[in-house]
Amino acid sequence: MRNGTTDLPVLKPFRAPAPIAPSGFAAPTMLGGGTLAAFAMLFGASLALAQVTARPVGESAVTVLLRWAPLIFQGFLFNILISFLSMALGTVIGVLVGIAQVSLVSSVRKTAWGVTQFFRNAPWLVLLFYAMFLLPFEFRLFGLTIAFPAWVKAIIGLALPVAANVSEIVRGGIRSIPSGQWESAEALAFTRAQTMWMIILPQAFKRMIPPWMNLYAILTMATTLISVVGIQDGLTITRAALVAESRPELMIPMYLLLLLMFFAYCYPIARATLALERRFNVKA
Amino acid sequence: MASRHQLGEPVVVIEGVEKSFGSFPVLKDVSLTVRRGETVCIIGPSGSGKSTLLRCINGLVPISKGSIKVAGREVNDASLDKLSLRRDVGIVFQQYNLFPHKTALQNVMMAPIHVLKQDKAVVEERARRLLAKVGLSQKLLAYPGELSGGQQQRVAIARSLAMNPKVMLFDEVTAALDPETKKEVLVTIQDLAAEGMTCILVTHEMGFAREVADHVYFTDGGLIVEHGSPADVFGDPQEERTKGFLDKVL
Repeated sequence: MRNGTTDLPVLKPFRAPAPIAPSGFAAPTMLGGGTLAAFAMLFGASLALAQVTARPVGESAVTVLLRWAPLIFQGFLFNILISFLSMALGTVIGVLVGIAQVSLVSSVRKTAWGVTQFFRNAPWLVLLFYAMFLLPFEFRLFGLTIAFPAWVKAIIGLALPVAANVSEIVRGGIRSIPSGQWESAEALAFTRAQTMWMIILPQAFKRMIPPWMNLYAILTMATTLISVVGIQDGLTITRAALVAESRPELMIPMYLLLLLMFFAYCYPIARATLALERRFNVKA
Repeated sequence: MASRHQLGEPVVVIEGVEKSFGSFPVLKDVSLTVRRGETVCIIGPSGSGKSTLLRCINGLVPISKGSIKVAGREVNDASLDKLSLRRDVGIVFQQYNLFPHKTALQNVMMAPIHVLKQDKAVVEERARRLLAKVGLSQKLLAYPGELSGGQQQRVAIARSLAMNPKVMLFDEVTAALDPETKKEVLVTIQDLAAEGMTCILVTHEMGFAREVADHVYFTDGGLIVEHGSPADVFGDPQEERTKGFLDKVL
């Protein structure tokens, strides 16, 4: 018999087909580049369309857009600021509630579970409305009057669903650690709190990072909801610019400009999340 | 077979212990006594309650009925200080359960520092000595993921010893290892036993049990079917079930 030169298909060594999609660093770069190019073309087309359909012909669409771009960008930066602060507040609350969700005390565990489920399954805009209209605009503490401006209330309103989602991420991360870790820590006489902070959470941390980043990207996009409750964010300014110019044909490129800013910010986060997930998967 | 060392007072006394998971009885009326310095092997088919019995001894699994005394302390007592019990009882698991985010040295040092609140320098000196004793002085800074199964298991043994326990429990500690690394771990345990550490092993290593044990217990269906010196249990088993089991595994 000739070695390794059989025609019988069953005896041929299995060769995996070459991957169709580019892999490694090429994939995000190419996909990212392609998406950006597509966006740029769409943007250009919308500008051209606006230029052509303008009646009567006034300033060029590009001029108008350039005039408003800095202001819209400032508004966008305000969205980012709100997203930072809500994420920070939501994470602090969410971590505590998430840990409470694996408490040995059943009343604590059930309460934390109930709170998590309630805020996780409520529409973000409705929660935002509640925060805006139920929280006082100022409150007194030891004779001091502390102002509670609308943007602070908005941060609290957005932090509620974020906290509930972080709570689930933390609970899932803790649950993903094998029970043998708890068992051996218990056998070494660690207290439950020590086990949690020194053994379980440090291991669960890296598994929580990708979903947490994903949540942050979603929150950033959701910050435009605050324009509905009367806070001047990027979306409010874009709308005001359109009203001021009263050129309806500019609607598509103007909103697209804001959209591009969000995309440029959120897309790298999404890519990094995927990359991290892949890396942790290989190691696990 | 005559014991190789002077046997002391009873360290672990188990009397009439019963344990069920739901309606399924795992242990039915188990009694045994382990004296200081003694090495006891528990053998028997899978599902006979061997591992559960070990976990009952350090209170990881509560018992349904009976009494377990460790160093004079009733384990089944609700008011028992579980932490003080677990300082006296070290346990090594089949799956090592090392903390993967800590180095070998840190794994050994963590519990004495954070649980016993001992001085870090003193603990580190002891940890280095223990890791040298299990033959791992070259691997102090290695993470568990960088160690072989046998090496991880020896770190786990050093980690338990760092608490200065009065008795060591070994739960099928070589079951997940290949024959070569198995040997390293068994030699480590043998050394411990020779030094006079009280050891209780659940094991499928019949040759090892025969060589190292002072006393062998054969369990089946949650009962101790037969016990005695290794020579008696392996050489001249009295019960049919023991004979049947030994015929299959030897």
